[in-house]
Amino acid sequence: MKGIERYWKMLAVCLLALAMALTACSRGGQSSDGSPSPSSSPSPGAAQPAESSPAQPETVTVKFTNFSASGDNEKVLQQMKEEFERQNPHIKVDIETLPFNDYFTQMQTRVASGTAPDAYELNYENFIAYAKKGVLLDLTPLFGNFDTSALNKNALEAFRADGKQYGLPASFSNVVLFYNKDLFDQAGIDYPTSSWTWADVNAAAEKIRALGKDIFGIYQPVQFWEFYKTVRQNGGGLMNDDMTAFTVDRPENVETLQHLVDRILKTNVMPTEAQMAGMGDWDLFKSGRLGMLVTGIWAFPDFASNITFNWDIEVEPGNKQKATHFFSNGLVINKDSKVAEAAFEWVKFMSASREAAMIRVEAGWELPAVTYEDVQQKYLQVTPPDNKKAVFESLDYLVTPPVVEQNAEMTDIINLHLQAAAMGAKSPADALRDAQAELEKRINL
Amino acid sequence: MEHSRRQFGRFAAFWFLLPCLAGLILFSIIPVFYAFWISFTDWDGLKPIDPRAGVPGFVGLDNYAAILAGEEFWRVLRNTLFFIAMYLPLILAASISAAMLLNRPYRGVAVYRVLFYIPVLTSWVAGALIFKSILSPEYGGVNDILRIFGIPGPGWLYDAKWAMPGIVLASIWKDMGFFALIFLGGLQGIDTDCYEAAKIDGAGVWQRFWHITLPLLSPITFFVIVICLIFSFQLFPQVMIMTDGGPIGATQVMVERIYRYAFSYYKMGYASAFSFILFAIIFVFTYLQLKLQKKWVHYDA
Repeated sequence: MKGIERYWKMLAVCLLALAMALTACSRGGQSSDGSPSPSSSPSPGAAQPAESSPAQPETVTVKFTNFSASGDNEKVLQQMKEEFERQNPHIKVDIETLPFNDYFTQMQTRVASGTAPDAYELNYENFIAYAKKGVLLDLTPLFGNFDTSALNKNALEAFRADGKQYGLPASFSNVVLFYNKDLFDQAGIDYPTSSWTWADVNAAAEKIRALGKDIFGIYQPVQFWEFYKTVRQNGGGLMNDDMTAFTVDRPENVETLQHLVDRILKTNVMPTEAQMAGMGDWDLFKSGRLGMLVTGIWAFPDFASNITFNWDIEVEPGNKQKATHFFSNGLVINKDSKVAEAAFEWVKFMSASREAAMIRVEAGWELPAVTYEDVQQKYLQVTPPDNKKAVFESLDYLVTPPVVEQNAEMTDIINLHLQAAAMGAKSPADALRDAQAELEKRINL
Repeated sequence: MEHSRRQFGRFAAFWFLLPCLAGLILFSIIPVFYAFWISFTDWDGLKPIDPRAGVPGFVGLDNYAAILAGEEFWRVLRNTLFFIAMYLPLILAASISAAMLLNRPYRGVAVYRVLFYIPVLTSWVAGALIFKSILSPEYGGVNDILRIFGIPGPGWLYDAKWAMPGIVLASIWKDMGFFALIFLGGLQGIDTDCYEAAKIDGAGVWQRFWHITLPLLSPITFFVIVICLIFSFQLFPQVMIMTDGGPIGATQVMVERIYRYAFSYYKMGYASAFSFILFAIIFVFTYLQLKLQKKWVHYDA
């Protein structure tokens, strides 16, 4: 009996020791700012003298994590970093690039455990969730003599929340109409113009579809990112103007969804998911079997090097009015960063400097969110597509997606019901009515 | 003297167990209790936990009530049961058949055993991607074969009715080797005298299978059913890679929802409560099976 008691006491002592070791570790990790990986933190008991006495400009290290350089653009980011470190010899940037698919899962655990990097990248859709949860630093006090007029107004505005500037835009992109000139020639129809509407697109799509069993007229996915915009083209909208209520089931939206679904199920100018059979929409376009594709300008590098036929772009056609996409990636600073000022220098450089913008444009890595004339000229010079100015023309019609704190959840709900309509399981009116009901129940505005 | 020596023995064991135990406590037991506590809160998985600042907020049983009152939970439970209803009989039939085949004294039977076991060692990511292309409606192998027989194949993963059967197919392929190996062990434990005696008495192949093999295999079958049910309730990687819960939510299952709530909707409290409901379901099913086994499992081999 006594033995068992002692055994439990022993266990309790061990657990306690373990717990203490753990807390000590985490405290050690926090206090040693700028020092690399927390796993290698030295004996936690021996408190090291604080390295960052801000009196003289010592070398500080800014940890920066991002997803948009993953894949092909890590060397471009490296170029930016080298330029930055040349201009700011006392700041070192420690870059970590994670693939997009893991990024937000990883970031969530890091932020929650207090090991977030000093500066990191967030896309527009996730930005609000982070800002509302109070884990980001308000950048305005750090502005000093920073002139925000170098930045695109829409893009800058996107990274404000509750009247505070929590982030600076790093890059942005929009969506345009891509078309296969050769298929248009074969069908004997004129190329799209910036004054086209839905009716023109549908007419052209039907003529191209008639060219062959495996040739399709248009691909425009029926999902949230397309839908929030196409309803605006039809004078509708997913939410009311002050974002206090969902208006998903209003008649303009039903009409829009009907238009999109008819392309798939009625005229079949757009392939069904089974007809696509797991093929991506880009691949379909690149294989020369698709007349028109509504997709983002981040397709340029891929299409330019992998397509042999003639293709070009145009501003996306509207219906009652024009409306185009807006996507943006922003840079934010961790609220608890010990090197916030240095981190801001880096964020500012990446976002608004002419040097970083030029590096970005030369590499074709999305569009810098800056307004410098010469950067834009440089951008236009890189072809194909020939009609690259459509990218800038599209900016005149930008509509930003509705973003709420429960953004991923809202997007999934809407996608689920859109898919039901696209597959013919529900009528567009029913699908949107159900979506509206579910949104009202689950999403707090 | 006697007494203190026994005590020393106990402590010696404790110190030797400590390395394992520490890992278990640190990475399993503490997180389980921690998650149980989180399931009563509204933690978003982002804000650093600081009870003094009221983070996370305590919400009592609200998460559990919201899950059980919602339509979604019952829908995904139905999807899971639909999976089990197809998976369980098929995996039993497939793995017992495979085990019987592999139990024959062919030349090179070891090679076949390895071949059957390869899918088990394959990562789910690779396996699921391969099945995605095999099940492709237009270009996939399965529909090509069906076409030979003049059967128009379904849309599989792109059809709300056929997506779950597609996932079952992939799961059978992946898991069959593992369970066949367990059954094979059971088969080899059956005394050949039984078969000889039955043969002399004039029992045919089927009679021997039904009256000797199956009853004597029942402890193994029991184990396999328990494990299969637990695996099925935890269905996740194949869904995530093959359908992502679609089309139209037809393959949304419990663990997929838990992942979604925790890591894309930022509702860690809700997701934790969901996990404990899943735990309760698995517990109840396993308990019932343990109770019911007396009726059909023979341990006297």
